[in-house]
Amino acid sequence: MNERPTPSAHKGAVHRPVIHDSAERHVTGSALYVDDMPELPGTLHIHVGMSERAHARLRAIDLQSVRTAPGVVAVLTAGDIPGVNDVSPVHAGDDPIFAEDIVEYAGQPIFAVAAETLQAARNAARLARIDYEELPAIITLDEALAAATDLAPAPELRLGDPDAAISASPHRLSGTLHVGGQDHFYLEGQVAYAIPGEGADMLVHASTQHPSEVQHLVGCMLGVPDHAVTVEVRRMGGGFGGKESQPALIAAIAALAARRTGRPAKLRLDRDDDMVMTGKRHDFRLDYELGYDADGRIQGARFEFAARCGRSLDLSNAIADRAMFHADNAYALPNAYVHARRMKTHTVSNTAFRGFGGPQGMMAIERAIDEIAFALGRDPLEVRRANVYPADGSALTPYHMAVTDSVLDELTEELAASSDYRTRRAAIRASNAESTAIKRGIALTPVKFGISFTTTHLNQAGALVHVYKDGSVHLNHGGTEMGQGLFVKVGQVVAEAFGIELDQVKITATTTAKVPNTSATAASAGSDLNGMAAAAAAQTIKARLAAFAAKKHNIAEEHVVFEAGRVRIGNQEMSFAELAHQAWMGRVSLSSTGFYATPDIHYDRATGRGRPFYYFAYGAAVSEVAIDTLTGETRLLRVDILHDAGRSLNPAIDMGQIEGGFIQGLGWLTSEELWWNDEGRLRTHAPSTYKIPTANDRPDDMRIAIWAKGENREPTIHRSKAVGEPPLMLAISAFSAITDAACAATGYRAFPRLDAPATPERILMAIREATGRAGKK
Amino acid sequence: MARKPIQFRLNGKDEAVFVEEGQNLLDALRRQVGDTSPKYGCGQGTCGACTVLVDGEPRLSCLMLAESAEGASIETTAGLAGAELHPLQRAFLDGFAAQCGYCTSGMLMSAKALLDRNPSPTREQVVDAISGNICRCTGYEPIIDAILDAAARGAGRRSA
Repeated sequence: MNERPTPSAHKGAVHRPVIHDSAERHVTGSALYVDDMPELPGTLHIHVGMSERAHARLRAIDLQSVRTAPGVVAVLTAGDIPGVNDVSPVHAGDDPIFAEDIVEYAGQPIFAVAAETLQAARNAARLARIDYEELPAIITLDEALAAATDLAPAPELRLGDPDAAISASPHRLSGTLHVGGQDHFYLEGQVAYAIPGEGADMLVHASTQHPSEVQHLVGCMLGVPDHAVTVEVRRMGGGFGGKESQPALIAAIAALAARRTGRPAKLRLDRDDDMVMTGKRHDFRLDYELGYDADGRIQGARFEFAARCGRSLDLSNAIADRAMFHADNAYALPNAYVHARRMKTHTVSNTAFRGFGGPQGMMAIERAIDEIAFALGRDPLEVRRANVYPADGSALTPYHMAVTDSVLDELTEELAASSDYRTRRAAIRASNAESTAIKRGIALTPVKFGISFTTTHLNQAGALVHVYKDGSVHLNHGGTEMGQGLFVKVGQVVAEAFGIELDQVKITATTTAKVPNTSATAASAGSDLNGMAAAAAAQTIKARLAAFAAKKHNIAEEHVVFEAGRVRIGNQEMSFAELAHQAWMGRVSLSSTGFYATPDIHYDRATGRGRPFYYFAYGAAVSEVAIDTLTGETRLLRVDILHDAGRSLNPAIDMGQIEGGFIQGLGWLTSEELWWNDEGRLRTHAPSTYKIPTANDRPDDMRIAIWAKGENREPTIHRSKAVGEPPLMLAISAFSAITDAACAATGYRAFPRLDAPATPERILMAIREATGRAGKK
Repeated sequence: MARKPIQFRLNGKDEAVFVEEGQNLLDALRRQVGDTSPKYGCGQGTCGACTVLVDGEPRLSCLMLAESAEGASIETTAGLAGAELHPLQRAFLDGFAAQCGYCTSGMLMSAKALLDRNPSPTREQVVDAISGNICRCTGYEPIIDAILDAAARGAGRRSA
């Protein structure tokens, strides 16, 4: 008998470490990003004039000298907009493209210059004379709370009777934690290139995670239907959530310039302008109060969060909601109350960033558990393990969803063993007793992250698959490629479905003209949603091919089987290409759309109950750090990660997400500090002052594994799990380890209440404050 | 504005372009010559995405005046492959060292400069050589491993 390759044995099938579809282009410098596309003759370049005040009335905007400057072709203000002066992703009407009467953050666009060269546009913009009447500005979160600047009412989550449970607990604690924001620093900054077409048509090449939204908002701005606007994106040089809602502003300005001049127009922000003008991760104030028993089991918990939203709503409601949904992180709380206020400040409007509020929401309970362990004199890991969601599905989240897929107990114990956590912890405590200046710390923290857009209707996706008569395949779907490997994963799904090699599948640029009404590539859901949609399209075509072959060969359809590299039709075999050709000759449609809507999810925001998530992704990490207690300097010595990616579609791509997510989370919690001065001007607006992790900051010893037992219990695409965001929160282990080391610096006599990011300055302050408390005891 | 003619060699080929006074080399390569392999990342010499080799030395082309490249020999990622991929490119490709790919050109140039002068670097030397190149997607491990892998494949000896 001939040996048949099993379907998964062909190159490019699912569950295999297939290289990124653009890898060869990346390494030869031939992958085109928007700014690399050949420019059409007459292309204009745009520079944006921004507010220099955080809050002011615009008394007068004098742009006369700007208009007459060399090379200037058009100067654009709010009055030039034919349609709506708003790019709010939630149609809140509070995200003007250009400020009209009031500016509400330093960096807010007031006007734009389109010129023959970028330098000419930049030079001209400097000639603007803007007369501001200063208004009182609210910059910090605490100022916003004092002034009660809530942008929207905050819903509540309530499970059981938390107040009674806390009162009845033998032990109680409460505290406050400030967690900083984060700039995305996608290596490719915001950019859009608009090309006017016939009549009202506009083509926009944009670096965006959300082409459909850019299309719609550009249409609203131009006063034309969505059908007149096409948005295309082949790839982004990183997104991380920063290209979910923010690109609409950039595309709208480029499209406006193109409409007003009739010439192609490009807006590529300078890095400083990008950092000043566009939104970031929300910083949060987290207040918590818990009651627990002698074993550290939490009896009741209250969480009062506040998010700095900046000047407008943007996606803040969904982000603050997700923070609330993750207040429990991995822990079953029998009684809980969660509330998250959404505060307006006169700073840039904060936005989506990998984790989308989830990471901030988890920080309070992780800090609290460290503090419980300190109070009880126990290993924090034992307190964590005493509280994790049980595998039996008996526990409810604070939003009344049963956690039926918890692997936390098994996964954390496996990691504790493989990382040798307990032995190392004992050794670290022993060595800390000997060392005066250098103190080490270790922590194991778990992650449970809910997968689905919590705005239920966004959980839908479409795909378009063509099979050509030579058997090659054109694949398009609504997801966007930002480096995460979505395209290759969905390509693998389609190659697997047809039993063909991946190089027979052409993965094509995302465009609103092929798949309409798409959701953002966000919420880690890209592969889950688009993989299923593409599989559905492939299935439709396969069914047509099977029906055709069955009829032609007079056999039952179930005897037409698509295997690796061939199609078996009864006792005959032919290549996929031969069958495709025959089907074309037989006048069979070889093109299909595919659609997917995540089943079984629902959520009632008014009651705070439902099943907002289809499933949970899990992971855990152990970090070991050393701090220099004289300087506050930190070094991450070793990291062990065990992450549940389900049955990974592409383990190599997923490993990249896990490692990269961890390092990005590490930056957020340790070195990346956004700092606004009293006037509301961002002073850390370049990588020279804003410290992004470099190769030097990664631990030399990093041991990452995808959990071998991982399998999605829900019928997701090939039983994989979403992996984009969850690993970012594994870096909380580093923050807890720093806390442990800082605690060692007090001789384990007081718990250091460290805020994030744990910069050397904050570490020193936390040690000093804790040592002071210990001294008073 | 005054435009000045300059000549240099780019990836072994003579180029002559007119550049503006004050124009940086990155802009001249991308706009005048049409080599878009070096990328604009920060425009202030702190991210490394624009790294090119000028007479064998890694330089941040966003900070270098185009006119100072007169007579120089410049290498970019676009010229790295011959008939086959350079061992560094092969190692990056096989080793999943690029995710979004935007930092990759700069990384490859920093790595090539290292291997050209030190064909067998230690891990620490590799980390040091790319410490001025920011990657926001990976955690650097695949990049470091790829450079060590390329060194093992003889990348430095080949180009030396």
